[in-house]
Amino acid sequence: MTDYLWLVVLGMGAVTYLPRMLPVVLLNNVKLHPRVNSFLRFIPFAALSALIFPGVLQSTGSVESAAAGSLVAVVLALLRMNIMVVVLGGIAGVMAWEMLAA
Amino acid sequence: MAVRTDKSTAGSRSEGGASTARLTAADGLKAGIPIAAGYIPIAIAFGVLAKSAGIPNHVTVIMSLAVFAGASQFAGVTLISSGAAAWEIIFTTFIINLRHLLMSASLSRRIERGRLRRWIPLLAFGITDETFSVASFRKEPLISPEFVLALNFLAFAAWNAGTWAGIFLAKGLPEIISDSMGIALYAMFIGLLVPSARKSKPVLLVSLAAVIIHSFIHWFPLFTGLSSGWGIIISTLAAAAAGAVIYPRGVDDD
Repeated sequence: MTDYLWLVVLGMGAVTYLPRMLPVVLLNNVKLHPRVNSFLRFIPFAALSALIFPGVLQSTGSVESAAAGSLVAVVLALLRMNIMVVVLGGIAGVMAWEMLAA
Repeated sequence: MAVRTDKSTAGSRSEGGASTARLTAADGLKAGIPIAAGYIPIAIAFGVLAKSAGIPNHVTVIMSLAVFAGASQFAGVTLISSGAAAWEIIFTTFIINLRHLLMSASLSRRIERGRLRRWIPLLAFGITDETFSVASFRKEPLISPEFVLALNFLAFAAWNAGTWAGIFLAKGLPEIISDSMGIALYAMFIGLLVPSARKSKPVLLVSLAAVIIHSFIHWFPLFTGLSSGWGIIISTLAAAAAGAVIYPRGVDDD
């Protein structure tokens, strides 16, 4: 491997690992202000929401099929289905739309 | 690793309430199945893209082993094949993955600090959007390191197996399958988020705030120069901060 590619891959690895590792290691034994704790407990919901939308619209062949798959997934999740059912339902929704629209 | 398969697995599935059963490695593997299923087609696509971009096979393999982050690996091979400078590629990767700082900080509140704490630096290597989400959305107040290690291991194995399949079979999945599988991880996110948003008003409001802020950043012309990495970081920070201001006692503050 050339020096350039080594540098790129190892550099990418390092700058990806550090943000993953430093907080969970350094904050592990630290007591925080309740409001900071509250902020950190809201992170999963905020991050997941930002990851889902609008990214989901570009996840399939078309915005329409992505919307169809998302709608199926939301309905199944509202019906308290198991997570695998929600995932498979979302995939089936996209497939059905793409086959019907083709 | 010894895997306990006692009744604690059933106990941790208890409806709604916080269970006291300790999460096992077997629970982690089980929870990782939807992630693995979602990673394989993306990793195959990554392997195929790297191959067609002329990246040497061993570079692609080492990248999946050493970086283990989807979006930045796609950006990485695209930038390498366009002849970008090393520092440019590394800086782009840093921005794309900086959001894990927030996830890692959030996870530090939940990881059990028992005798397995020396494994936390290794466990941190496997924090992705998906493994973080599955671990964070567990109802148990404390998450055992072996649960996260097993969860991350399965996701990591799937990511690398998919990369190999993409490189050495050098063939993408049929279009209708890869298109339909593209939604798998998003559907998993929806499956995790919707039940919590339905149960807790603070969660619902924070989630809606994040979606609205991110949509605004995504579509408002002023922000078109902003990379998607920053968009996710800013909307996550703003929505979680708004939540903490309105609900200082957190998720169950209603």
